[in-house]
Amino acid sequence: MKKILIPDPPVPALEVRDVTKNYGEVQALAGITLSIPRGELFGLLGPNGAGKSTLINIVTGLVRRSSGEVKVFGFDVERDYRASRSLVGAVPQELVYDHFFTVRQTLKIQSGYYGLTRNDVWMEELLERLKLKEHEHQTIRELSGGMKRRLLVAKAMVHRPAILILDEPTAGVDVALRRSLWDLVRQVHAEGTTVVLTTHYLDEAEELCERVGIIDHGVFVALDRKERLMQQIHNRRVTLDFGAKVEGLPEELARLGGTLSEDGLRATLLVDRSDGSLQRLVEALGRGNLPLMDFQVAGAGLEDVFLELTADSAKPDERRPAAEALR
Amino acid sequence: MSFPEVPSLLPVPFRTLLYREVHRFFIVINQTLLAPVISALLYLFIFGFSLGDRFGSFHGYNYLLFLVPGLVMMGLVNNSFQNPSSSLMISKFEGNIVDILMAPIGHGEIILGYMLGGMFRGLLVGTCILVVSCLFAIPPFSHPFYLVAVALLSSGLFSLLGIVAGIWAEKFDDLAMFPTFIITPLTYLGGVFYSISILPPLWRTVSLLNPLLYMINALRFGFLGVSDVNPGWSLAALAILDAALFGICLTMLRTGYRLRK
Repeated sequence: MKKILIPDPPVPALEVRDVTKNYGEVQALAGITLSIPRGELFGLLGPNGAGKSTLINIVTGLVRRSSGEVKVFGFDVERDYRASRSLVGAVPQELVYDHFFTVRQTLKIQSGYYGLTRNDVWMEELLERLKLKEHEHQTIRELSGGMKRRLLVAKAMVHRPAILILDEPTAGVDVALRRSLWDLVRQVHAEGTTVVLTTHYLDEAEELCERVGIIDHGVFVALDRKERLMQQIHNRRVTLDFGAKVEGLPEELARLGGTLSEDGLRATLLVDRSDGSLQRLVEALGRGNLPLMDFQVAGAGLEDVFLELTADSAKPDERRPAAEALR
Repeated sequence: MSFPEVPSLLPVPFRTLLYREVHRFFIVINQTLLAPVISALLYLFIFGFSLGDRFGSFHGYNYLLFLVPGLVMMGLVNNSFQNPSSSLMISKFEGNIVDILMAPIGHGEIILGYMLGGMFRGLLVGTCILVVSCLFAIPPFSHPFYLVAVALLSSGLFSLLGIVAGIWAEKFDDLAMFPTFIITPLTYLGGVFYSISILPPLWRTVSLLNPLLYMINALRFGFLGVSDVNPGWSLAALAILDAALFGICLTMLRTGYRLRK
């Protein structure tokens, strides 16, 4: 197979422009635009049925777009499908495998599909990295769920793709495997591979991704660097621990929405840091009327961003257009 | 496992798919190779030996010899059909069809990979049936080149039909319609066990609408030099049907029919 030469920058790794997808009368994507520069670790989030997998599948060629343009390193995924597909490796959401073959045969066949006949050195490395070496002569039916998941990752990487797409790679795997997959993703990314990760685990995106897109009802409701998204959630959760039982909260704290625990030893408040509430809280505490022993302030996580932006997901007409919601 | 590492003009993805298709049916050889040969042996035993004398001769050949080309064709078309159709259906069912659909393989390469895999199985089964039959009766191989051409075109045609069926079918029940309602009736009514010369005129005319009749008689012409229909027309029709089905398969893949949403 002819070697695909990746065009020089500034051609992005993935460019999606005004892409729509309709399944009959159902609109899965309603005009998605996205550009992922080479070398980025991008997180694609969204509730079930939001359109994440549809977008991923359009990039990998499993789904045909209704309109718009999708390019991988400048190659259109339909017109130049051979070039674009040779640059993409994808780990599907489902555990799909061919039970006729062993682990090694599977990787050998997958290499062949990508035009590689002499790929043994890299295959060995993948088997080692993904802890599959000792199972290489087992048929896939004999593997545990975690091993099957690792094999899917190995298959996706067997041709050293320039973009690795992981569609919920850690769904249903144990904590240890999840951590080892995270390490692998970081390693692959550090080696220069562009990574697109869809996940339901928001801590996963928070831990790994540089930039995040939140998709809902087929449009981006947020698309920005992870830190900026989290900064724009104004609420802070404040927890106050008291050294002795408190009978009731002072009026200022009650006005700030504070609630006292049943045992009277803890109060929690959700404080908006943009309207001076935090300042008023500190002033109230400074008056010394409460036996304060400890306090914690929790910043917004990606989960807060996600929940705030997708809270109206049942009401499509009220959805916010791409990226405007937080600006 | 190793692919042929010799320098080749054939694209690696195509060779890989072909290898997979052939390797896959060798893994379940009892079901894919031995079962049809045993079935053919039973037909030879029951119809050739036990009942053959009662049927007399057809076109100057004893019934056993008359039967052999039909049985070879039956094994050939059934297995050529089953290899790609079951492979595609299982891949769709298990989800691993995405391996092919996401890979940089051309549409023509995909078709040829599945088609040649099916042809290989069909021709192997047909050859095994022929070899076993030769233990009982050796046909004269009257037109060997014609025979090879008919075998190739027939196995190609049914491999292509297997691809169409494998793509079209959404469940195993859909796929079972083809052998149950199409291939088996057309084969049995296509002159495997008899010459249409013994049929009443009406049924003889109706039989001429059955494409399997032409294929079976064409193979019989290659083996024995006799046929109920014009062998030249049969070969031409086969070639045209092959080309037409290849075009249909290509269209299905290009449009992503039932493969890409």
